[in-house]
Amino acid sequence: MTMSGSARPEEGSKTPHPKPRIAVLKLASCDGCQLAFLGLGDKLLELSGQVEIVHFAEAGPLGPLTGLDITFIEGSLSTREDRDMVLSVRKESRFLVTIGACATSGGIQALRNLASGPLLSSLYPSPEVIDFLDQSTPVASLVPVDLELWGCPVTGDQILGSLRSLLFGALPPVQTDKVCLECKRRGIACVTVTKQIPCLGPVTLTGCGALCPSFDRGCYGCFGPAENPETSSLARSFSGLGLTPSEITRRYLFINSNAPAFLKEGRRWQGGDSHE
Amino acid sequence: MSEDRLLRIPVMARVEGKGALEVTLREGRIGEVRLSIFEPPRLFEKILEGREFREVPDIVARICGICPAAYQITSVLAIEKGFGMVPGEEITRFRRILACGEWISSHSLHIHLLAAPDFLGYPDAMEWGRHDPQTLRRGFELHALGNALMSLLGGRPVHPVGACVGGFFRFPSRQETKALAERIRAALPLASALVRWAADLDYPESDRAFTSVCLQGAGGYPMNEGRIVSDRGHDLDPADFEFRIREFQVPHSTAFHSLLDGEPYLVGPLARLNIHGDKIPEDILSDVVSSGIRFPSTNMNHSLLARAIEIHYALRESLSLLEGPPPAGPSFVPAEPVEGTGIAATEAPRGILWHRYDLARDGLVRKARIIPPTSQNQSLMEDDLRESLERAGLDRPEEALRKDAERIVRNYDPCISCATHFLDLTVHRDDG
Repeated sequence: MTMSGSARPEEGSKTPHPKPRIAVLKLASCDGCQLAFLGLGDKLLELSGQVEIVHFAEAGPLGPLTGLDITFIEGSLSTREDRDMVLSVRKESRFLVTIGACATSGGIQALRNLASGPLLSSLYPSPEVIDFLDQSTPVASLVPVDLELWGCPVTGDQILGSLRSLLFGALPPVQTDKVCLECKRRGIACVTVTKQIPCLGPVTLTGCGALCPSFDRGCYGCFGPAENPETSSLARSFSGLGLTPSEITRRYLFINSNAPAFLKEGRRWQGGDSHE
Repeated sequence: MSEDRLLRIPVMARVEGKGALEVTLREGRIGEVRLSIFEPPRLFEKILEGREFREVPDIVARICGICPAAYQITSVLAIEKGFGMVPGEEITRFRRILACGEWISSHSLHIHLLAAPDFLGYPDAMEWGRHDPQTLRRGFELHALGNALMSLLGGRPVHPVGACVGGFFRFPSRQETKALAERIRAALPLASALVRWAADLDYPESDRAFTSVCLQGAGGYPMNEGRIVSDRGHDLDPADFEFRIREFQVPHSTAFHSLLDGEPYLVGPLARLNIHGDKIPEDILSDVVSSGIRFPSTNMNHSLLARAIEIHYALRESLSLLEGPPPAGPSFVPAEPVEGTGIAATEAPRGILWHRYDLARDGLVRKARIIPPTSQNQSLMEDDLRESLERAGLDRPEEALRKDAERIVRNYDPCISCATHFLDLTVHRDDG
């Protein structure tokens, strides 16, 4: 792989070609998506032989964020310091990849964007010492992102699959199937049809393997909105199942509340009805 | 003179995260020690307000990707208490299996990817793996088993989806349970070997008195139930805990610090083992004998060994629980919301995790309060840094001081984030 203008020869390296330089960064998050790397086991060791892991604080390396081939970012933007860091790392990265709901949509903490009043001062006696932006936002709200990996959390397969493509300089095909399709593939009986359980499967990206339906519960949307999601018709069917407007709002405003399709539908039902 | 530099510190709402350390050296002694946890605040306690009780376990899981099940279990126990629900023995058994899985997963990760390189002289696990892949692979296998236990009950190890208020959405099938029990049985020798290996590591001497605090209940080695006890005579109902500990904000951290009756204290694996070592089967502890290490121990470096012992214990415990009779009856009891307050404490991998929910009659959360393990350990961590660094001598290169400081902090497994090499140590030398 050639990385003109970005990759640097490794000091003391015996390999004829410089290894691709990779960084894994963390903003506001639970660290769960980084575990998709740390849980790779043997494959993590293989990876560390094939690429140069320049910076990955949770695993150890703390090298400078310069001349990067692939940068993975976990977490949402919520501080000035993180904002400055992302602006700088974008310039230094050939591919910038967001991993997980927080980096891709703003995450569960984006629920604070919808709250009114001074949240911070109600929790911290001295909020003025804390660097904190008004909103929790996705990385793509600040800089162009080359690849978005949805999921709360992302899986090791998503990480490895994207790495394989990116190391060849190509973006991987984007997954657009809905959880519904995954249930059909896996032969899981529809929880809505058979048990009248409200399920976000018809509007949510697959990637989890239809986990929640396989546990006899409805999907709660942790992989974010699928392509062209019919959020309104699903919301009406929730209403038909007996959900109140505020319950419908809470379904959409959850793990990925800041994803536009979910935000719009959640707001539509806020305050009592769908305004239709 | 001292530099009172104000760090720009983004922090997290009281959970694990990125950290920095600032130490001021003044005339050959340590002035200030500032361990900063600067994870950006995520304000979970506020996010929870107005959400329905059913949503709580999936919200609080997102506080921590390394111990999501502990957050889920603690929240459902607290809410059940608030509603006056008693889910029964079968559900309690499967919750203990889930907790075992998370201990195994979290401890294996911490030992192998975060802490052990400190005692072996490697910069990180990847470098260790280049020299000694077999030992590291054993850790990966144990980590995978912990993850498999969590997946058995929740489909995935990070933010599992199986737990709910009242029990589980479903119990695992007999076939799934049996297959995993066989894998665990086959792996027991690995756990025994891990304990022997951990007992033989070269631990620096340390002998500092500290108070160990953990749960104590009827269920044996403490996990999901019990009163809060200490080796200095504390014996509290979890409902009284919040009146005995004082949480306070320090300018350099958004994680709160806590004191129990005005004193720093330790929670986590070493605290548990110090108090409940007699509940660990004799043959597990026999792997430690030849090393000469004994519990209770006042050497914080032994927390790594405590984790290894708990891994072996949790594997054995989960095996015996999995091999019990297949669960009969429903996997959950239906919830009937009533107005009130529910409080519960559990032993998360890193120690006591305490939740309180004020619930309205319609099942919505009015107010939530969460006290995680790391904020409880933070005062002791700073004291340990101060004393241990001074004792080891300050007239050393900064690199040596930095390594020692990092090891001291990692002993506490501060709710993780970047617990490996996450420290950005700034040494101010004021003597001049």
